[in-house]
Amino acid sequence: MAGLKIENVTKTFGDYDALSNVSLDVANGEFIAVLGPSGCGKTTLLRLVAGFEQVNKGTITVGGKVMSDPKMNVPPEQRRVGIVFQNYALWPHMSVSENVGYSLKVAKVDKAEREQRIRQALELVDLQGYGDRRPANLSGGQRQRVALARCLVSTPSLVLFDEPLANLDVHLRASMEDEFASFHKRTGTTIIYITHDQAEAMALADRIAVMDKGHLVQFATPRELYEQPATPMVASFIAQGMVLPAKVLTAEVNGQCKVDILGQEAIFRCRTGQAVTGDAKVCIRSADIVPAENDGIEVRVKRSVYRGGGSRIEAVAADETQELHFDLADPKRLAEGETTHIAITSGWVIPEANV
Amino acid sequence: MTIYGEKRQGADTVLIAGVAIIVAMLSIVPMLRLAFEIIMPQGNLSAAPLRTALSGSATWTATLHSLQVGIGGTLLAVILGTAVALLVSLTNVRGRSTFVLLYVVPLLIAPQVTALAWLQLFGPASPFLKLIGMAPALGSKNPLYSTTGIITLLGVQYGPLVFLMVRAGLRKLPRELVEAALSSGASRLTVLRTIILPLMTPSIIGATALAFVSCVGNFGIPAFLGIPAGYLVLPTLIYQRLAGGGPAVLSEVAVLSMLIGLIAMAGILAQDYTSRRRDYRIASTSLPASPFELGRWRPLAEVAMWLLIIIVLVLPIVGLFLTSLVAAYGVPLSMKTVTLANYAFVLFDHAAAKRAFFNSFGLSIAAAAFAVFVAVPLGYLITWRKRWWTRFLNLSAELPYALPGVVLAIASLLLFLKPLPIIGLQIYNTIWIILYAYLARFLVLALRPTISGLQQIDRSLEEAAQVAGAGLIRRMRTIIFPLVAPATLAGGVLIFMTAFSELTVSALLWASGSETIGVVIFSFEQGGDSNYAAAISTLTIVVIFALMLLTNLFARSLPNGVLPWRD
Repeated sequence: MAGLKIENVTKTFGDYDALSNVSLDVANGEFIAVLGPSGCGKTTLLRLVAGFEQVNKGTITVGGKVMSDPKMNVPPEQRRVGIVFQNYALWPHMSVSENVGYSLKVAKVDKAEREQRIRQALELVDLQGYGDRRPANLSGGQRQRVALARCLVSTPSLVLFDEPLANLDVHLRASMEDEFASFHKRTGTTIIYITHDQAEAMALADRIAVMDKGHLVQFATPRELYEQPATPMVASFIAQGMVLPAKVLTAEVNGQCKVDILGQEAIFRCRTGQAVTGDAKVCIRSADIVPAENDGIEVRVKRSVYRGGGSRIEAVAADETQELHFDLADPKRLAEGETTHIAITSGWVIPEANV
Repeated sequence: MTIYGEKRQGADTVLIAGVAIIVAMLSIVPMLRLAFEIIMPQGNLSAAPLRTALSGSATWTATLHSLQVGIGGTLLAVILGTAVALLVSLTNVRGRSTFVLLYVVPLLIAPQVTALAWLQLFGPASPFLKLIGMAPALGSKNPLYSTTGIITLLGVQYGPLVFLMVRAGLRKLPRELVEAALSSGASRLTVLRTIILPLMTPSIIGATALAFVSCVGNFGIPAFLGIPAGYLVLPTLIYQRLAGGGPAVLSEVAVLSMLIGLIAMAGILAQDYTSRRRDYRIASTSLPASPFELGRWRPLAEVAMWLLIIIVLVLPIVGLFLTSLVAAYGVPLSMKTVTLANYAFVLFDHAAAKRAFFNSFGLSIAAAAFAVFVAVPLGYLITWRKRWWTRFLNLSAELPYALPGVVLAIASLLLFLKPLPIIGLQIYNTIWIILYAYLARFLVLALRPTISGLQQIDRSLEEAAQVAGAGLIRRMRTIIFPLVAPATLAGGVLIFMTAFSELTVSALLWASGSETIGVVIFSFEQGGDSNYAAAISTLTIVVIFALMLLTNLFARSLPNGVLPWRD
């Protein structure tokens, strides 16, 4: 097991910057999710760490050993990095045991030890007795577990997951999420988990690296990302936060400041040292919006979706540009076209409003 | 419990260099040698051979003839092949897979065998026509000894080639496109005209170019049908010059082969242009469109289909077979005259024929095995290790097959006329020069299915082995080869079939002792021994058909489209 250090890594394909100046410091045994929309560079990052691509600038260090820099690239076969591929990449012409034991055979581990370690690995993923099967005869979840066992058996220093749940149906996803979490707990392996699904990342990771257009936007714990998004992109990407323009009326005191939002004053959370500005952006969650009497912000309901036990209301503010959404508990109801009043109780002043 | 990956840093370099050298030796070197001969004939800067070759009226007559039969044969092949592909792919005719199996057979039968079969069917000595009492008077001219005859047979021979390419295109047509048009209210004919055919243009243009190259480069058909009528095309002109003048006229025929190469190159460039605009990867997992119901027209379409098989396959083979059973030219076939003596003669008595079976078998096996082992690393470099030069590698491997066989044969002659430098080995006039030409010519037949196989395999399978610590050589052996082997081996079978009765190359390279089956058939026919030629030809057809059926048994483990005759 080992930590991973990515320093100022840049990767270009032709004149396209897939990654620009990305730095990540991952501690030994940490579970890191790399999260971002498609095309954000997360897969490129994984391929750089695995050694399939070479960096243009910067260095990648695993366990204190430099693996990549612009002049040198340790080939993937010598990195001791495990990968769980999106499509599992199980070799169809080999049995489950042969798949799992491949890396041991390559390393010329003798037969008795090999068999023992294959058995252990299969036990770890709860696939005892499946050794003689062919991948084609396994279910999606079982294939995923074989892929896990295959990557475990060689005790890699680092395990990379490339969107491993993207090909599974919803029910299986939840149970595989549990499986990954307990796998991490049992093995203590450093894990880099690539995904575009923020719920998955929030559920699994110790820390999440949010990427956008080749840049690392924010690297923080799931709670921090949710409560204190650094940019509008993170705010809207994580749990569908609403990003609205606002004026910061007072400077930060004890992590709070007074803002003017949609003509109403409110106390918002903010970063230390937040200054007064007329050009701020704030992040609001639907839980921050409550129905108000006539003195609140007037909004017109655009759509009401029944969600069981309550409705999700999509509304637009009086200026017809700012869209909001919030939950309305039963028995209250709002119909489309109706106007109502709301109050915004809390929110977060986004520090880097203009990124 | 530490695991180290295999440290074979050099393996990449060795593999790349090895494969590149092999391709260069088989493609670049002979072509450069040919070009050198045209610029500097016999080592001296001189334009004399160029002038001689280009000023002779025979050259231009043959060029004109080549274009004539090339364009005519291509047109016929495209019309036939496209029509059959549309019928088989888009409608609900029955018996499709058997039909495809049979329709593709003419492509796998050597052209000279096709020519011989048709000649035997229509000639005044035709046992078949005699049987049904329709034989023309002995001594009358066989109608196939004509331009029309050559064009007809080229169309029959290469119609299946067009069929295969258009059918492959139609298979990739996502059904949503057809269904969307139908639900917009278009009739089936409108859909065919406005959706399907426009989408098939790349396939049809590519197929047209390929058919043109094949028709122009064909030797067997114009040799059997044209030479007796005094109608020469460039390949047969080259053959006659060389047969008459020997190595002395090599410089001159090099110019002629360049001429045929240039004509073919126009076709190759057109094909390359269209294939570059096409992605061979399976883009959508959509099912093919549901077939159009023909309704009451279906029996009619089916009758037409099977009539085509009878005309292009059954009748010629029957004609050939009947000829192989009669004792001598012109003898009518009856229970009294039927004999297996021709078979006994070619298999046991005739020394050259016996040798030819042995030679052709060995050459085909060697060419197939070589191609299989080179195609996997070569295909791997081309598909999974794309660099700017891998495309060049692919084109180089295509070149000896894409250019007419005559061109490669002349280049091989020039290359090996003198003993090999340093080791002083003389392979001119031996079987080894034929082997060299076969290796060069047929490599691509195993390379193409390998590439299409690799394109259908997810590369992460290799990457998974890489992160497991496996070096390149091991990955090649344990992952890549097993995964792509079925496709590559099917290519090997294709090579065996093509090489087994090959004539174009060996007609120019053979010597006494290194006869091939194709050469022996040709010699028998030229010597008037059609019965012996027919007997050997029948045997080759049996071998090829048996191989087709045998490989069909393993077809389940093959990627789609690797076995041309399998639907």
